[in-house]
Amino acid sequence: MMTTFADPAAEERLDRAFQALSDAVRRAIIARLSTGPATVNELAEPFAITTQAVSRHIHVLEEAGLVTRSREAQRRPVHLRPGALEELTSWIDRYRLIHEQRFRTLDTVLGELADAETGTHQNASKE
Amino acid sequence: MSNDVTITAPEGLPFIDIEREFDYPVELVFRAHKDPELFKRWLGPRGYEMELEQFDFTTGGRYRYVHSVGGETYAFNGVFHVVRDNEFAIQTFEFEGYPDVVSVESIRFEPLEGDRSRLRVHAVYPTMEARDGMVASGQAKGVTEGYEQLDEVLAGL
Repeated sequence: MMTTFADPAAEERLDRAFQALSDAVRRAIIARLSTGPATVNELAEPFAITTQAVSRHIHVLEEAGLVTRSREAQRRPVHLRPGALEELTSWIDRYRLIHEQRFRTLDTVLGELADAETGTHQNASKE
Repeated sequence: MSNDVTITAPEGLPFIDIEREFDYPVELVFRAHKDPELFKRWLGPRGYEMELEQFDFTTGGRYRYVHSVGGETYAFNGVFHVVRDNEFAIQTFEFEGYPDVVSVESIRFEPLEGDRSRLRVHAVYPTMEARDGMVASGQAKGVTEGYEQLDEVLAGL
């Protein structure tokens, strides 16, 4: 399916999703949830971190739209949101990632050029 | 925080539009496109060997570069139809793994307030299949960090 990302909301959602996946613990949580829902305590088990820290990770994943939490009483298991990962693997997202990375590298190159020229890029002459 | 990339692939039209702003003057962005040593540094996906065999970013000039990773190589070539300093360029682009399918890309270098600038790329492909195929081959080669992270996630599924 063809997607257009001129839509800022879609852009923002993608940014959040990729940011959320930039952390190893959160990737492990996603991998675990792909086998079925789990509670925060269950998710915390394999990690040498507190359930509080795991809760924070889950919150980030939730904000990014990758997981949801049901309201089933106290247990409140965490579910992987169906389709969330497929959205991220469409070709345009990967294409976009390639460009993100290229342009970030270009930013670095430009920063160095600007420094070499004037000390800081704010002082670089216009025109 | 870095500037966002906007990529638009309209439904039913073989175009791709890419827009990105930079916190640097247009002259620097142009120079990073023109100077082969600089261009080489940011063009390739991370972790790839990048060989710039030919590169003359002037009207009538041409380019050819080869990416290699783990024994596999991917070559690309094209000509610069027109290059106007700090302003505009049109180039062709061909992935040699997909020969004779050539896209035409116009690149606009636009100055913005406060020594900032914007880059606007409009790529036109011969067919819809070419657009999607070219991009698909681009993604196969594009070992970006995000891509790797995603692969890790998917490997866990």
